[in-house]
Amino acid sequence: MNFDFSDDQKQLRDQARKFLTEKCSPKAVRVVLDGKAPYDKELWKGLAEMGFLGVAIPEEFGGAGAGHLELCVIAEEMGRANAPVPFSSTVYLAAEALLIAGSDAQKKKWLPAIASGEAIGTLALFEGKGNPSPKSIKLTAANGALNGVKKPVADGAIADFAVVAARTGSSGRESDISLFLVDLKGGGVEVKSLTNLDPTRGQAEITFKDCKAEPLGAAGEGWSILTQVLDRAAVLCAFEQVGGSDRALEMGRDYALDRIAFGRQIGSFQAVKHMLADMYVSATLARSNSYYGAWALSTNASELPEAAAAARISATQAFQHCAKNNIQVHGGMGFTWEFDCHMYYRRANAMALALGSLSYWEDQLIDRMRKKNAA
Amino acid sequence: MNFDDTPQEAAFRETARKWVEANAPKEFLAELSKSSLGRIRLAQHDIVDVGKAWQKKKAEGGWACLHWPKEYGGRGATPIERVIWQQEEGVYGKLTQPFQIGEGMCGPTVMAFGSEDAKRRYLPKLASGEEIWCQLFSEPSAGSDVAGLRTRAEKKGDNWVVNGQKIWTSGAHYSDFGLLIARTDPNVPKHKGLTMFFLDMKSPGVEVRPIKQANGMQEFNEVYFTDVVIPDSQRLGAVGEGWSVSLTTLMNERMSIGSRLATGVPEMFEFCSNLTLEDGLAIDDPAVRSKLASWAVKSSGLKYTSYRAISALSKGERPGPENSIGKLVSGMMLQDIASYAMDLQGAAGVLTGSDEETVQGQFQQMLLSSPSMRIAGGTDEILRNIIAERVLGLPGDIRVDKDVPYNKIPTKGR
Repeated sequence: MNFDFSDDQKQLRDQARKFLTEKCSPKAVRVVLDGKAPYDKELWKGLAEMGFLGVAIPEEFGGAGAGHLELCVIAEEMGRANAPVPFSSTVYLAAEALLIAGSDAQKKKWLPAIASGEAIGTLALFEGKGNPSPKSIKLTAANGALNGVKKPVADGAIADFAVVAARTGSSGRESDISLFLVDLKGGGVEVKSLTNLDPTRGQAEITFKDCKAEPLGAAGEGWSILTQVLDRAAVLCAFEQVGGSDRALEMGRDYALDRIAFGRQIGSFQAVKHMLADMYVSATLARSNSYYGAWALSTNASELPEAAAAARISATQAFQHCAKNNIQVHGGMGFTWEFDCHMYYRRANAMALALGSLSYWEDQLIDRMRKKNAA
Repeated sequence: MNFDDTPQEAAFRETARKWVEANAPKEFLAELSKSSLGRIRLAQHDIVDVGKAWQKKKAEGGWACLHWPKEYGGRGATPIERVIWQQEEGVYGKLTQPFQIGEGMCGPTVMAFGSEDAKRRYLPKLASGEEIWCQLFSEPSAGSDVAGLRTRAEKKGDNWVVNGQKIWTSGAHYSDFGLLIARTDPNVPKHKGLTMFFLDMKSPGVEVRPIKQANGMQEFNEVYFTDVVIPDSQRLGAVGEGWSVSLTTLMNERMSIGSRLATGVPEMFEFCSNLTLEDGLAIDDPAVRSKLASWAVKSSGLKYTSYRAISALSKGERPGPENSIGKLVSGMMLQDIASYAMDLQGAAGVLTGSDEETVQGQFQQMLLSSPSMRIAGGTDEILRNIIAERVLGLPGDIRVDKDVPYNKIPTKGR
């Protein structure tokens, strides 16, 4: 059994950590947090130059052709650094949708542009409140034109193209849903930025009015493709969340060692020690579940749906837990804008909703476990 | 990243599998395969008798304590080979319960501190299950603070004379030998006045009394010592070095790698899949699903955490500290699951069945037994301290009795 990343993959992790420590300091994150830039363009360019944006994109489409395990490694570091770039939208959602369902021409057009940092992509799925479901998709596609409104769309205001989920039938079945590819710089699109919990990753409302779109994948296959995309993204997001959990735990630990109260390090009080120990437990469970997700993702195993849901739930819980208690360990200072704790708290709680909420994934996990037990 | 054996591991697994297939007591397979959340019982047989027979067979085949050196009853196997053996032994491993304290704690201590004669005399019989060992550490007033123990050992000529009381001793009533830590000098601070011994449990003056537990069962014992004579040759480590010897004992408790702790999750999943509530099956209820999912990911998280440890062993590395979370997570989870399963039964949840194997009584028994899971082998609080101090590097507790002579430490709160 070798349920661990390889030495090469660990080396890649070290390289990514070093790069992000230099190029993505909390100070750099704050430029986006404070609304001075929509995302960190320099960092995005650097990520492209390092080959991180295309790490899982095949060489024939301009990527590094490494694989999903390597992408998991990068994702963890992006989460640690709280990177203010459209990485998850572009790399986990748009690129994966193209890899799963794109035609050769579509892949040739967009994937090299993603790898080189020239194109930002996203997935336009949600239409207001609610979790992913075929029923919730009202935006229509007819005669190659889209009509309807998507919100929230992660990184929608800075994206060059979007994968859009649209209704192409009214049978009440999953086959009513098809996917389309839209060049957001073309006509028929109106984009509005929305304020949100985590300003380091933008959210937008996109209105499509007779917008020209080309199909992505076969008609009626949209929901099945989306499910696969969301499962893959669940594993990759889980690694970001694991990275964020670890960083929040470290921040809390370091502060507990530095801060003196009642004449001693606050980390010597059991109330604080035990809180940090519980954070470690959550982070460890999340990491182990995510490793299993990484294995399933990288081998395209039949266990992926269950593994992805477990990784997603465990990592969401861990990041929320660690980010929340990191503030608690810091006391009043943790509640200042000046300290970085709130950036992780914001990111943890925004990520918890990004692919559908925790309760949605809990529901998915139970369905998938039942399916397996029945088989 | 893969779950495959190396060719060498695969060959070892094949050998182990074939041996188990040819030798295991298959007449107990069905009974052992049933889920069991607590101690194992066999309907018609004493677990100790059946366990001894299986252990003896294993010893003859070279599978008992296989990670021990050959001259002491093992087969000199690597840590990963031991894990593979445990996987292949499967449910028959439940039969080894009476020997686990001996294998996991007493044996390694004798191995580290015993004389060559003692090792050759005691270890092979411990390995083969012919002689069972128990561990005599905890006392009524020394649980988490075990170094505060009171049992006295006084030197008389070439012997030590022991007086005092131990508690929570699993298997004392069927054990042949015990590993005993006692106070040999009350005039120095508590950690410095301890010495480790082993003794024949049939020695005059040793009295074993079963404890009736909060769950109504009797699994643990109190052991009383009245002028019990132990030869100095049965001392392990130097006089006054008992504390550091005991740390070796506790460090060797690495049984959890590869052998999974019960979490109650499969039982709960099955229960919810079959329980009909007013609006349909419990498993279709959103609140139930949410809780089930949270427990399921803890359970899978523990499983894959142990896989990470096994992977480290496979590479010949020392497993990281991750495995320390196992009992902490599973103990609390068992208690929560039991409580929720009863909640789902409404007022009827109060009814207990006759035994824990029937569905009716399963969760009720689990509720009553689960507090011990959070206490035995390190309380939740001690485990959190260990994680905080050894893994996260936080400061140790401030110990007000650290430099105080033992006999000057207060013994009453008020």
